[in-house]
Amino acid sequence: MKKNQNQNPYLERLFNGLIKENPVLVLMLGMCPALAVSTSASNGLGMGLSTTAVLIVSNIVISLLRKLIPDEVRLPAFIVVVATLVTIVELVTQAYLPALYAALGIYIPLIVVNCIILGRAEAYASKNGPDVSAFDGLGMGLGFTFALTLAGLIRELIGAGTIFGNQVLPESVEPIGIFVKAPGAFMVFALIIIVQNALGIRTRQRQLVEDGCTGMCATCKISCATGEAVQKARDEKKRMEEEARAAAIAAAKAAKEAKEREKAAQAAAAAAGAAKEGKEVQQ
Amino acid sequence: MNNSLLSILIQNMLINNVVLIQFLGICSFLGVSKQMKPSASLGGAVIFVITIASAVASLLYDFVLKPLGLDYMKTIVFILVIAALVQVVEMFLKKTSPAVYKALGIYLPLITTNCAVLGVALTNVQNEYNFIESIVAGFGTALGYTIAIVLLAGIRSRINEADLPKPLRGAPIVLICAALMSIAFMGFAGLS
Repeated sequence: MKKNQNQNPYLERLFNGLIKENPVLVLMLGMCPALAVSTSASNGLGMGLSTTAVLIVSNIVISLLRKLIPDEVRLPAFIVVVATLVTIVELVTQAYLPALYAALGIYIPLIVVNCIILGRAEAYASKNGPDVSAFDGLGMGLGFTFALTLAGLIRELIGAGTIFGNQVLPESVEPIGIFVKAPGAFMVFALIIIVQNALGIRTRQRQLVEDGCTGMCATCKISCATGEAVQKARDEKKRMEEEARAAAIAAAKAAKEAKEREKAAQAAAAAAGAAKEGKEVQQ
Repeated sequence: MNNSLLSILIQNMLINNVVLIQFLGICSFLGVSKQMKPSASLGGAVIFVITIASAVASLLYDFVLKPLGLDYMKTIVFILVIAALVQVVEMFLKKTSPAVYKALGIYLPLITTNCAVLGVALTNVQNEYNFIESIVAGFGTALGYTIAIVLLAGIRSRINEADLPKPLRGAPIVLICAALMSIAFMGFAGLS
């Protein structure tokens, strides 16, 4: 399988986005829209596909512009590109998919601040050619869509007894309404992560809640990066901390030694003085 | 519900709590809530930035975008204005009041891409709030964010000492706490 991936970079990118580095389930990115619009499977699917569209085009555009954008202003430039695309998607959904537009509401313009998009721009598209970047966007977008649809399916099934709007559970089973309301989103994602933990699938969740993700994905060095980079950043942090500690210890030691030397010198001087005095007295 | 300022404040702070009901700013809500003090500082910085950002966004929308018929440009304009605004606020604080800067400084840049800021600006426009109402709504939203993150930090400091089953440790238990808090906040819907 690994050989196959090496041979075909496009398939490798798709696999990477969908499974290996699934943005929501593994990297824990884009949690805001994932929690907010997974009220039903079709909402999740709609949001996922809108984001995928933005992600593919923004990756292509940013990849094409990567040699033109100066390094200092790259983040504002990326934001402008993404915001323009999001506005286009917003106008298109408003015109052709009014029901979806009404259901997603404010979360469509908020695709701009979705960590995944700026993260992919920064971590991948600004360093690679447009063809692989497009497939990277497609893979990541489909991974996002998959996670949202999965969560939407679970919430819709338990909360309303339907799947994609079709009644599945018999009428006699009372749906648990809270699952389509706000608390259900937290619950379902907690359950998904519990299952992943129990199965031993490695996710970035510990890093998110323990090391403190700041929500500033665009400039965060460890967000949206590969698991390898995450590990590297962590090692780097640890190494720097250790170095700082070693330096502090060394400094303390040096200071102590200097103090001791000073004390010794003082004592010697005092002794010498005393001896001199003694000699003088003797004389 | 009438649009008095108090009702806008309550509406944005409790009934439509920005984190627990609207799911904006989840990253920092989960990421920074490990301890009480950073949570409170972040809350302070968020109050500061969201209030100013909603004032500026409201002025821009009412006096520039709307008269020119450019309201479809609001997403692009707002995100750029917010990013620039945070930079300006940071520089201004650094020069004028180093004490405040020291307390909030490191959290200011974090807020630039916090979706809550853009979310508030867009919601204000959607609800057709005027200038004063936008400021009150922004302040209320940010206050709601602060309440939520400080409460979660308090709960998490207790959970740290609990003996949890292994798969629950880390994110799941935090999400479950958030779910329970969200259920509690749903009770405020009775106020509207």
